[in-house]
Amino acid sequence: MELRILYFARLREALAVREEQVEVAASVSTIADLRAWLSARGGVWAHEFAPERQLRVAMQQQVVDADTCLVAGAELAFFPPVTGG
Amino acid sequence: MIVVKVQTDDFDLSAEIAQLRHSNGAVGAVVSFVGVVRDLNDGAAVSAMSLEHYPGMTEQSITTIVEQAQARWSIFDALVIHRVGDLLPLDQIVLVAVTSAHRGEAFQACEFIMDYLKTQAPFWKKEQTPTGARWVDARVTDDSAASRWTQACVENNSTIDD
Repeated sequence: MELRILYFARLREALAVREEQVEVAASVSTIADLRAWLSARGGVWAHEFAPERQLRVAMQQQVVDADTCLVAGAELAFFPPVTGG
Repeated sequence: MIVVKVQTDDFDLSAEIAQLRHSNGAVGAVVSFVGVVRDLNDGAAVSAMSLEHYPGMTEQSITTIVEQAQARWSIFDALVIHRVGDLLPLDQIVLVAVTSAHRGEAFQACEFIMDYLKTQAPFWKKEQTPTGARWVDARVTDDSAASRWTQACVENNSTIDD
């Protein structure tokens, strides 16, 4: 399925990518699967998406957790813990 | 009524409170909070700060937080203005203002909104220090502050002995 992925703040700087369109196989069906898929790119991606890294994920602008199922065509966003206010 | 604004422009606290006060003759209390840029954080002098956010999600997440406050306390209106972009020490960052008939509800709702905003709204701060730019880390104390609003489970009538 096709997905649009956004990256914010320190994560965006580390990856040097603000947003991208990706095509993932049917086997990538949950948020956790997508995180592993991104990590498999290696290098800085493996470092930033390692399981112990604190990341938040949103799908269609709502925070979701690791076992949420991906929706085709959705907007995903990965970001560090928030620091507003 | 809920008004949520994410903007680069500064805001005028007096003008905003006056507008809330004039909107409804039943308002007996206006409680407000203003967050300000400090010139010191985590042991380093801060000369400037920039705020990044997730356009679209930011406004929606704050609105959702305020709707939760409206469901839990008897408040009339709530206003949240959060600035983004480049700020300097002493600048205003955020305004949360809540109106109610009496002060108890407004005080609690205002604090709740701020505690949740600190842990859920998608903003990220980057500060300039003498040794360079750094992203601010989320604080454990903010998570603790938010968790104290978690409502206790409604007690049911059964006991362990049943």
